[in-house]
Amino acid sequence: MLVAFTLLLLFQLAGEAIVGLTGWPLPGPVLGMLFLVAFLVVRGAVPEPLEKLSAALLQHLLLLFVPAGVGVIVYAALLAREWLAILVALMVSTTATIAVTGLVAQALLRRQERGQ
Amino acid sequence: MTEPFFRLWTYLAATPLLGLALTLVAYLIGDAAYRASGRKPYVSPVLIAIIVLGALLLATGTPYQTYFEGAQFVHFLLGPATVALGVPLWRNRHEVKRAALPILAGVTAGSVTAVISAVVIARALGASEQTVLSLAPKSVTTPIAMGIAEKLGGLPALAAIMVLVTGVSGAMMGRYVLNAVGVRDWRARGLAVGTAAHGQGTAIALNVNETAGVFASIALGLNGILTALLVPVLLQLLR
Repeated sequence: MLVAFTLLLLFQLAGEAIVGLTGWPLPGPVLGMLFLVAFLVVRGAVPEPLEKLSAALLQHLLLLFVPAGVGVIVYAALLAREWLAILVALMVSTTATIAVTGLVAQALLRRQERGQ
Repeated sequence: MTEPFFRLWTYLAATPLLGLALTLVAYLIGDAAYRASGRKPYVSPVLIAIIVLGALLLATGTPYQTYFEGAQFVHFLLGPATVALGVPLWRNRHEVKRAALPILAGVTAGSVTAVISAVVIARALGASEQTVLSLAPKSVTTPIAMGIAEKLGGLPALAAIMVLVTGVSGAMMGRYVLNAVGVRDWRARGLAVGTAAHGQGTAIALNVNETAGVFASIALGLNGILTALLVPVLLQLLR
Protein backbone atom coordinates (compact mmCIF):
# COMPACT_ATOMS: atom_id res chain seq x y z
CA MET A 1 0.00 0.00 0.00
CA LEU A 2 2.82 2.39 0.91
CA VAL A 3 4.63 1.67 -2.36
CA ALA A 4 1.39 2.17 -4.29
CA PHE A 5 0.74 5.55 -2.58
CA THR A 6 4.32 6.64 -3.24
CA LEU A 7 3.83 5.69 -6.88
CA LEU A 8 0.69 7.87 -7.18
CA LEU A 9 2.49 10.81 -5.55
CA LEU A 10 5.52 10.43 -7.83
CA PHE A 11 3.34 10.39 -10.97
CA GLN A 12 1.52 13.49 -9.70
CA LEU A 13 4.87 15.15 -8.91
CA ALA A 14 6.16 14.37 -12.40
CA GLY A 15 2.94 15.81 -13.88
CA GLU A 16 3.15 19.00 -11.78
CA ALA A 17 6.85 19.44 -12.63
CA ILE A 18 6.23 19.17 -16.38
CA VAL A 19 3.24 21.53 -16.27
CA GLY A 20 5.31 23.99 -14.21
CA LEU A 21 8.20 23.89 -16.66
CA THR A 22 6.20 24.02 -19.92
CA GLY A 23 3.19 26.12 -18.86
CA TRP A 24 0.78 23.71 -20.58
CA PRO A 25 -2.89 24.47 -19.83
CA LEU A 26 -3.27 21.12 -18.05
CA PRO A 27 -3.42 20.20 -14.37
CA GLY A 28 -0.45 18.20 -13.11
CA PRO A 29 -2.59 15.34 -11.71
CA VAL A 30 -4.27 14.76 -15.11
CA LEU A 31 -0.83 14.42 -16.69
CA GLY A 32 0.09 12.13 -13.76
CA MET A 33 -2.95 9.99 -14.62
CA LEU A 34 -1.60 9.58 -18.18
CA PHE A 35 1.81 8.57 -16.76
CA LEU A 36 0.08 5.93 -14.62
CA VAL A 37 -1.68 4.57 -17.72
CA ALA A 38 1.67 4.45 -19.57
CA PHE A 39 3.21 2.61 -16.59
CA LEU A 40 0.38 0.06 -16.62
CA VAL A 41 0.68 -0.43 -20.39
CA VAL A 42 4.37 -1.29 -19.96
CA ARG A 43 3.71 -3.50 -16.95
CA GLY A 44 0.69 -5.23 -18.48
CA ALA A 45 -1.22 -5.64 -15.19
CA VAL A 46 -2.34 -3.65 -12.14
CA PRO A 47 -0.35 -4.59 -8.99
CA GLU A 48 -2.79 -5.65 -6.28
CA PRO A 49 -1.93 -2.93 -3.71
CA LEU A 50 -2.40 -0.26 -6.38
CA GLU A 51 -5.73 -1.80 -7.34
CA LYS A 52 -6.89 -1.66 -3.70
CA LEU A 53 -5.59 1.85 -3.06
CA SER A 54 -7.16 3.33 -6.20
CA ALA A 55 -10.48 1.64 -5.43
CA ALA A 56 -10.41 3.11 -1.89
CA LEU A 57 -9.55 6.63 -3.11
CA LEU A 58 -12.14 6.62 -5.90
CA GLN A 59 -14.89 5.22 -3.69
CA HIS A 60 -14.74 8.38 -1.55
CA LEU A 61 -13.91 10.83 -4.32
CA LEU A 62 -16.88 13.06 -3.43
CA LEU A 63 -15.57 13.66 0.11
CA LEU A 64 -12.48 15.31 -1.36
CA PHE A 65 -14.55 18.17 -2.82
CA VAL A 66 -15.94 19.28 0.55
CA PRO A 67 -13.07 21.49 1.88
CA ALA A 68 -12.95 23.67 -1.26
CA GLY A 69 -16.75 23.90 -1.27
CA VAL A 70 -16.92 25.31 2.25
CA GLY A 71 -15.03 28.32 0.77
CA VAL A 72 -18.46 29.49 -0.36
CA ILE A 73 -18.80 31.31 2.99
CA VAL A 74 -15.97 33.68 2.01
CA TYR A 75 -18.12 35.03 -0.85
CA ALA A 76 -21.38 35.20 1.08
CA ALA A 77 -21.85 38.96 0.34
CA LEU A 78 -21.25 38.68 -3.40
CA LEU A 79 -23.41 35.57 -3.63
CA ALA A 80 -26.24 37.27 -1.72
CA ARG A 81 -26.26 40.00 -4.39
CA GLU A 82 -25.94 37.86 -7.53
CA TRP A 83 -27.19 34.43 -6.50
CA LEU A 84 -30.11 34.32 -8.92
CA ALA A 85 -28.08 35.09 -12.06
CA ILE A 86 -25.37 32.65 -10.95
CA LEU A 87 -27.75 29.84 -10.07
CA VAL A 88 -29.83 30.11 -13.25
CA ALA A 89 -26.70 30.35 -15.44
CA LEU A 90 -25.12 27.31 -13.75
CA MET A 91 -28.22 25.12 -13.82
CA VAL A 92 -29.27 25.88 -17.41
CA SER A 93 -25.70 25.69 -18.73
CA THR A 94 -24.99 22.41 -16.94
CA THR A 95 -28.22 20.86 -18.24
CA ALA A 96 -27.46 22.02 -21.80
CA THR A 97 -23.88 20.73 -21.60
CA ILE A 98 -24.96 17.30 -20.39
CA ALA A 99 -27.61 17.00 -23.14
CA VAL A 100 -25.37 18.25 -25.99
CA THR A 101 -22.36 16.12 -25.04
CA GLY A 102 -24.46 13.00 -24.52
CA LEU A 103 -26.42 13.38 -27.75
CA VAL A 104 -23.41 14.18 -29.98
CA ALA A 105 -21.34 11.31 -28.51
CA GLN A 106 -24.19 8.81 -28.72
CA ALA A 107 -25.02 9.74 -32.33
CA LEU A 108 -21.37 9.28 -33.39
CA LEU A 109 -20.97 6.03 -31.43
CA ARG A 110 -24.04 4.60 -33.16
CA ARG A 111 -22.86 5.71 -36.59
CA GLN A 112 -19.46 4.15 -35.93
CA GLU A 113 -21.04 0.85 -34.90
CA ARG A 114 -23.28 0.76 -37.99
CA GLY A 115 -20.20 1.38 -40.18
CA GLN A 116 -18.35 -1.68 -38.83
CA MET B 1 -22.17 27.28 29.81
CA THR B 2 -21.41 28.83 26.44
CA GLU B 3 -18.21 30.56 27.49
CA PRO B 4 -16.21 27.43 28.38
CA PHE B 5 -17.51 25.90 25.16
CA PHE B 6 -16.17 28.78 23.07
CA ARG B 7 -12.85 28.70 24.91
CA LEU B 8 -12.54 24.98 24.17
CA TRP B 9 -13.58 25.59 20.53
CA THR B 10 -10.98 28.35 20.09
CA TYR B 11 -8.34 26.08 21.58
CA LEU B 12 -9.23 23.13 19.33
CA ALA B 13 -9.74 25.25 16.22
CA ALA B 14 -6.08 26.27 16.43
CA THR B 15 -5.01 22.71 15.54
CA PRO B 16 -5.66 20.97 12.20
CA LEU B 17 -7.44 18.14 14.05
CA LEU B 18 -10.78 19.92 14.40
CA GLY B 19 -11.16 20.96 10.74
CA LEU B 20 -10.18 17.48 9.59
CA ALA B 21 -12.49 15.63 11.99
CA LEU B 22 -15.44 17.95 11.27
CA THR B 23 -15.01 17.48 7.51
CA LEU B 24 -15.24 13.71 7.87
CA VAL B 25 -18.20 13.87 10.29
CA ALA B 26 -20.11 16.30 8.06
CA TYR B 27 -19.51 14.10 5.03
CA LEU B 28 -20.60 10.97 6.90
CA ILE B 29 -23.85 12.78 7.83
CA GLY B 30 -24.36 13.66 4.16
CA ASP B 31 -23.52 10.13 3.06
CA ALA B 32 -25.93 8.63 5.62
CA ALA B 33 -28.71 10.88 4.27
CA TYR B 34 -27.83 9.82 0.71
CA ARG B 35 -28.03 6.13 1.66
CA ALA B 36 -31.24 6.62 3.65
CA SER B 37 -32.83 8.17 0.54
CA GLY B 38 -32.07 4.99 -1.41
CA ARG B 39 -29.11 6.69 -3.17
CA LYS B 40 -31.17 9.33 -4.91
CA PRO B 41 -28.76 11.55 -6.90
CA TYR B 42 -30.56 14.73 -5.81
CA VAL B 43 -29.58 14.05 -2.17
CA SER B 44 -26.02 15.35 -2.50
CA PRO B 45 -23.67 14.31 0.35
CA VAL B 46 -21.28 17.09 -0.73
CA LEU B 47 -23.95 19.77 -0.55
CA ILE B 48 -25.17 18.54 2.85
CA ALA B 49 -21.61 18.49 4.22
CA ILE B 50 -20.98 22.03 2.96
CA ILE B 51 -24.20 23.35 4.50
CA VAL B 52 -23.40 21.69 7.87
CA LEU B 53 -19.80 22.96 7.90
CA GLY B 54 -20.64 26.43 6.54
CA ALA B 55 -23.36 26.93 9.16
CA LEU B 56 -21.01 25.74 11.91
CA LEU B 57 -18.19 28.08 10.86
CA LEU B 58 -20.52 31.06 10.54
CA ALA B 59 -22.22 30.33 13.89
CA THR B 60 -18.89 30.05 15.74
CA GLY B 61 -17.20 32.89 13.83
CA THR B 62 -14.38 30.57 12.72
CA PRO B 63 -12.54 31.93 9.66
CA TYR B 64 -12.43 29.69 6.58
CA GLN B 65 -8.59 29.77 6.64
CA THR B 66 -8.58 28.27 10.16
CA TYR B 67 -10.92 25.48 9.04
CA PHE B 68 -8.89 24.83 5.90
CA GLU B 69 -5.69 24.27 7.87
CA GLY B 70 -7.20 20.95 8.95
CA ALA B 71 -9.35 20.25 5.88
CA GLN B 72 -6.40 20.67 3.52
CA PHE B 73 -5.34 17.09 4.26
CA VAL B 74 -8.57 15.88 2.67
CA HIS B 75 -8.30 18.47 -0.12
CA PHE B 76 -4.75 17.30 -0.87
CA LEU B 77 -5.93 13.78 -1.71
CA LEU B 78 -7.71 15.13 -4.83
CA GLY B 79 -4.35 15.00 -6.64
CA PRO B 80 -3.46 11.34 -5.96
CA ALA B 81 -7.12 10.38 -6.52
CA THR B 82 -7.02 11.99 -9.96
CA VAL B 83 -3.87 10.01 -10.77
CA ALA B 84 -5.63 6.86 -9.53
CA LEU B 85 -8.28 7.35 -12.25
CA GLY B 86 -5.58 5.90 -14.52
CA VAL B 87 -6.36 2.40 -13.17
CA PRO B 88 -9.96 2.11 -14.52
CA LEU B 89 -8.83 4.01 -17.61
CA TRP B 90 -6.16 1.40 -18.34
CA ARG B 91 -8.60 -1.44 -17.70
CA ASN B 92 -10.93 -0.04 -20.39
CA ARG B 93 -8.21 1.12 -22.79
CA HIS B 94 -9.45 -0.86 -25.80
CA GLU B 95 -12.95 0.52 -25.61
CA VAL B 96 -11.59 4.04 -25.24
CA LYS B 97 -9.32 3.71 -28.27
CA ARG B 98 -12.21 2.50 -30.43
CA ALA B 99 -14.35 5.49 -29.45
CA ALA B 100 -11.66 8.18 -29.92
CA LEU B 101 -13.57 10.24 -32.50
CA PRO B 102 -16.98 10.31 -30.71
CA ILE B 103 -15.13 11.22 -27.50
CA LEU B 104 -13.35 14.17 -29.08
CA ALA B 105 -16.45 15.46 -30.91
CA GLY B 106 -18.80 15.05 -27.93
CA VAL B 107 -16.48 16.74 -25.45
CA THR B 108 -15.70 19.63 -27.84
CA ALA B 109 -19.41 20.26 -28.43
CA GLY B 110 -20.03 20.16 -24.68
CA SER B 111 -17.09 22.42 -23.86
CA VAL B 112 -18.31 25.16 -26.24
CA THR B 113 -21.90 24.80 -24.98
CA ALA B 114 -20.79 25.09 -21.34
CA VAL B 115 -18.83 28.33 -21.78
CA ILE B 116 -21.20 30.15 -24.16
CA SER B 117 -24.43 29.32 -22.32
CA ALA B 118 -23.01 30.25 -18.89
CA VAL B 119 -21.60 33.59 -20.07
CA VAL B 120 -24.67 34.62 -22.12
CA ILE B 121 -27.19 33.74 -19.41
CA ALA B 122 -25.24 35.32 -16.54
CA ARG B 123 -24.78 38.56 -18.50
CA ALA B 124 -28.44 38.65 -19.51
CA LEU B 125 -29.44 38.34 -15.85
CA GLY B 126 -27.20 41.23 -14.84
CA ALA B 127 -24.26 39.46 -13.19
CA SER B 128 -21.13 41.61 -12.73
CA GLU B 129 -18.31 41.09 -15.25
CA GLN B 130 -16.06 39.68 -12.52
CA THR B 131 -18.68 37.04 -11.76
CA VAL B 132 -19.09 36.24 -15.47
CA LEU B 133 -15.34 35.73 -15.88
CA SER B 134 -15.25 33.47 -12.81
CA LEU B 135 -18.22 31.54 -14.19
CA ALA B 136 -16.87 30.88 -17.69
CA PRO B 137 -14.60 27.92 -16.76
CA LYS B 138 -17.14 26.37 -14.33
CA SER B 139 -17.32 22.96 -16.04
CA VAL B 140 -13.65 22.04 -15.65
CA THR B 141 -11.80 20.61 -12.70
CA THR B 142 -10.93 23.11 -9.91
CA PRO B 143 -7.19 23.71 -10.50
CA ILE B 144 -7.68 24.41 -14.24
CA ALA B 145 -10.75 26.56 -13.63
CA MET B 146 -8.86 28.69 -11.09
CA GLY B 147 -5.97 29.14 -13.52
CA ILE B 148 -8.31 30.16 -16.37
CA ALA B 149 -10.29 32.60 -14.19
CA GLU B 150 -7.09 34.24 -13.02
CA LYS B 151 -5.84 34.73 -16.59
CA LEU B 152 -9.19 36.25 -17.62
CA GLY B 153 -9.29 38.69 -14.69
CA GLY B 154 -11.93 36.86 -12.65
CA LEU B 155 -11.61 35.68 -9.05
CA PRO B 156 -9.91 32.25 -8.77
CA ALA B 157 -11.52 31.41 -5.40
CA LEU B 158 -14.96 32.37 -6.73
CA ALA B 159 -14.30 30.19 -9.78
CA ALA B 160 -13.66 27.29 -7.39
CA ILE B 161 -17.13 27.84 -5.88
CA MET B 162 -18.74 27.91 -9.35
CA VAL B 163 -16.97 24.65 -10.16
CA LEU B 164 -18.26 23.13 -6.95
CA VAL B 165 -21.89 24.20 -7.49
CA THR B 166 -21.72 23.02 -11.11
CA GLY B 167 -20.43 19.66 -9.91
CA VAL B 168 -23.19 19.31 -7.32
CA SER B 169 -25.93 20.26 -9.81
CA GLY B 170 -24.50 18.08 -12.58
CA ALA B 171 -24.24 15.10 -10.25
CA MET B 172 -27.80 15.70 -9.03
CA MET B 173 -29.44 16.27 -12.44
CA GLY B 174 -27.27 14.24 -14.82
CA ARG B 175 -29.29 11.03 -14.71
CA TYR B 176 -32.61 12.82 -15.30
CA VAL B 177 -31.35 15.02 -18.15
CA LEU B 178 -29.81 12.03 -19.94
CA ASN B 179 -32.97 9.96 -19.53
CA ALA B 180 -35.09 12.87 -20.76
CA VAL B 181 -33.12 13.31 -24.01
CA GLY B 182 -32.77 9.55 -24.57
CA VAL B 183 -29.02 9.01 -24.09
CA ARG B 184 -28.73 5.36 -23.00
CA ASP B 185 -25.19 4.44 -24.08
CA TRP B 186 -23.03 4.23 -20.91
CA ARG B 187 -20.06 5.68 -22.76
CA ALA B 188 -22.03 8.73 -23.92
CA ARG B 189 -23.59 9.14 -20.45
CA GLY B 190 -20.14 9.12 -18.85
CA LEU B 191 -18.77 11.65 -21.34
CA ALA B 192 -21.74 13.94 -20.67
CA VAL B 193 -21.36 14.10 -16.87
CA GLY B 194 -17.56 14.23 -17.05
CA THR B 195 -17.68 17.18 -19.48
CA ALA B 196 -20.40 19.11 -17.66
CA ALA B 197 -19.59 18.27 -14.05
CA HIS B 198 -15.86 17.27 -13.96
CA GLY B 199 -14.78 15.29 -10.86
CA GLN B 200 -18.14 15.08 -9.15
CA GLY B 201 -19.80 13.87 -12.34
CA THR B 202 -16.99 11.32 -12.65
CA ALA B 203 -17.42 10.18 -9.03
CA ILE B 204 -21.15 9.59 -9.54
CA ALA B 205 -20.58 7.85 -12.87
CA LEU B 206 -17.97 5.53 -11.29
CA ASN B 207 -20.50 4.54 -8.63
CA VAL B 208 -23.12 3.67 -11.22
CA ASN B 209 -21.17 1.95 -13.99
CA GLU B 210 -17.42 1.47 -14.53
CA THR B 211 -17.55 2.16 -18.27
CA ALA B 212 -19.42 5.42 -17.64
CA GLY B 213 -16.84 6.31 -14.98
CA VAL B 214 -13.91 5.74 -17.33
CA PHE B 215 -15.45 7.83 -20.09
CA ALA B 216 -16.26 10.54 -17.54
CA SER B 217 -12.64 10.67 -16.40
CA ILE B 218 -11.45 11.03 -20.00
CA ALA B 219 -13.98 13.82 -20.56
CA LEU B 220 -12.77 15.54 -17.37
CA GLY B 221 -9.16 15.64 -18.61
CA LEU B 222 -10.00 16.50 -22.21
CA ASN B 223 -12.49 19.23 -21.30
CA GLY B 224 -9.90 20.83 -19.01
CA ILE B 225 -7.48 21.20 -21.91
CA LEU B 226 -10.15 22.28 -24.45
CA THR B 227 -11.70 24.86 -22.13
CA ALA B 228 -8.31 26.39 -21.32
CA LEU B 229 -7.70 26.81 -25.06
CA LEU B 230 -11.26 27.85 -26.04
CA VAL B 231 -12.36 30.27 -23.29
CA PRO B 232 -10.20 33.24 -24.38
CA VAL B 233 -11.39 32.82 -27.99
CA LEU B 234 -15.08 32.39 -27.07
CA LEU B 235 -15.05 35.41 -24.72
CA GLN B 236 -13.57 37.51 -27.54
CA LEU B 237 -16.46 36.42 -29.78
CA LEU B 238 -19.05 37.18 -27.09
CA ARG B 239 -17.75 40.68 -26.41
